[in-house]
Amino acid sequence: MSKQNLALLILIILLALLPLTESRFYIFLGTDILIMGLFAVSLNLLLGYTGLVSFGQAAYFGIGAYTCALLMKKASLAFPFAFLAAGISGALGALIIGFFCIRLTQIYFSMLTLAFSQIVWAIVFKWNSLTGGDTGLIGINFPAYLDSNTRFYYFTLAVVVISLFILRKVVDSPFGRILTTIRENPERTEFIGINVKLFQLIAFMISGSFAAFSGALFGIFNHSLFPDLLYWPQSAEVLIMSLLGGMYNFFGPFVGAAIMLYMRMLVTSYTQYWPLIMGTILALLLFFFPGGIVGFLAKSRIFTRRAK
Amino acid sequence: MPDPSFLLIQCLSGLTYAMFLFLIASGLSLIFGILRVLNFAHGSFYMVGAYLTYSFVSYFIDVPGHFWLAVLFASLSIALIGGFIERFFLSRLYIREELNQLLFTYALVMILGDFAKIIWGTGQLSIPRPAVLKGAVQIFGQYFPEYNIFVISLGLGIAVLFWLILNRTRWGRIIRAAALDREMVGSLGINVNWLFTIVFAIGSWLAGLGGALVAPIAAIVPGMDVEIIINVFIVVVIGGLGSFWGTLLGALVLGQVISFGILILPRLAIVFIYILMTVVLIIRPWGLLGKPLRR
Repeated sequence: MSKQNLALLILIILLALLPLTESRFYIFLGTDILIMGLFAVSLNLLLGYTGLVSFGQAAYFGIGAYTCALLMKKASLAFPFAFLAAGISGALGALIIGFFCIRLTQIYFSMLTLAFSQIVWAIVFKWNSLTGGDTGLIGINFPAYLDSNTRFYYFTLAVVVISLFILRKVVDSPFGRILTTIRENPERTEFIGINVKLFQLIAFMISGSFAAFSGALFGIFNHSLFPDLLYWPQSAEVLIMSLLGGMYNFFGPFVGAAIMLYMRMLVTSYTQYWPLIMGTILALLLFFFPGGIVGFLAKSRIFTRRAK
Repeated sequence: MPDPSFLLIQCLSGLTYAMFLFLIASGLSLIFGILRVLNFAHGSFYMVGAYLTYSFVSYFIDVPGHFWLAVLFASLSIALIGGFIERFFLSRLYIREELNQLLFTYALVMILGDFAKIIWGTGQLSIPRPAVLKGAVQIFGQYFPEYNIFVISLGLGIAVLFWLILNRTRWGRIIRAAALDREMVGSLGINVNWLFTIVFAIGSWLAGLGGALVAPIAAIVPGMDVEIIINVFIVVVIGGLGSFWGTLLGALVLGQVISFGILILPRLAIVFIYILMTVVLIIRPWGLLGKPLRR
């Protein structure tokens, strides 16, 4: 077992022991970090590994959240099926949106992902009879067997660990290596006989489905959903998490999500001006730590593994 | 079939909104055309411009013509703030990937948004329309505010003025040349760094002016920054980023779509706007009147 895997195993055990603190605060924060961490890592499959700056990731998060919640609430579907359906809907959404987006490059690509996510937002916002529109969807309950914060924490931990394991396998597979090749030079990748668009589209779908899983968890965790979840600043926030942690490291975005949520928890107990502090941190980061926090540590050789 | 005069008024309201969109979007488009930076903080400049106008109006309240002084001072302050930000911060990020510049301007959105809340609070502010333009004119039996007519003519005036500057003056030639090939312009002895700062300041001034002029007819509230920037993005995407006529066309289209869309299909208007943006991006990513981006 390599050193890094050992470290991960210890981390997972520590996370599993977290509820022993019996602190509502830490269990709540822990669940939040796990969910947003998965969301950020799923985005990074596009951002850091494939080199696609998606500005509409909130769409898949929201699609997953609403699919799961609506199936449970309106169709009374059992939670496991609703949860799986959320992942499938995320992948389908990504297939449709990605089909058009991958044809564009640079700023046009980012703009189109933004435009699509705004369409999804506008539909959720305006379809009052289904989604509750601006007043949101409330009263989404934990399924009976997960009906405590601790149980839901363990469920989230299990889902996130399995998801990250799969995503890690994906980026370490030949498929993942091709994605990195595409990031480095799409033209040359095309020359060696690889269907770049197809690979990008598959990356889109994988990313979308895991974003949808994290969204489904988020909806149940909060017992409620609002269209704001899909509005574009949400997409910007998850981008910032990835950048904060470091997008050229597999766990970078996860670390970024953890740091950001922890700081938000700390800061908002003192002041309501969290965006001011976040904006300042982001600006400092851009000027002084362009590789993100994990990237910075990697340079100082604490972590040696870079996204290949 | 609704009354034609009512439709005309609706069209004029759309035109008023279009002129605001045009003012702000042309600044964004100008900055993008030259600096290749998509400035998320452009909406924040607009919002701060509106807040500053409120403050200057209260400050100059005893001076005759205080509204016009406030507009002047507020928009010029925004130009200075913009120039300062470009000179000392943004210019250091040009060597990096685009994403870094984009995220820096997003950091500005967060910072300026909270500064505005700290200084002006979270309540809704408003200022009266200037005394000269308080009235309304009658058009085919319907009343339409004089102030809106002023905004429409000013917007068109600025469009013509900008076109003349860009196409008929030495400065305009330099700016157009820099949009095509900044290195070449630099090697011909133009100080490109200062050119960038000035262009950014002018672009910011347009956003500030938009904010200053909207102050008498809209509620000045936190959140108006995020709301306008997305509409401005739609305008430049439809018309073409970096294209002058495209920006005007995009603003006119969006203004009318919003004005009539809300009338005909209030539910779907907002969805339709984004669908329009998406369709244009799919068919002509560089916009209806723009040119493909060259690197």
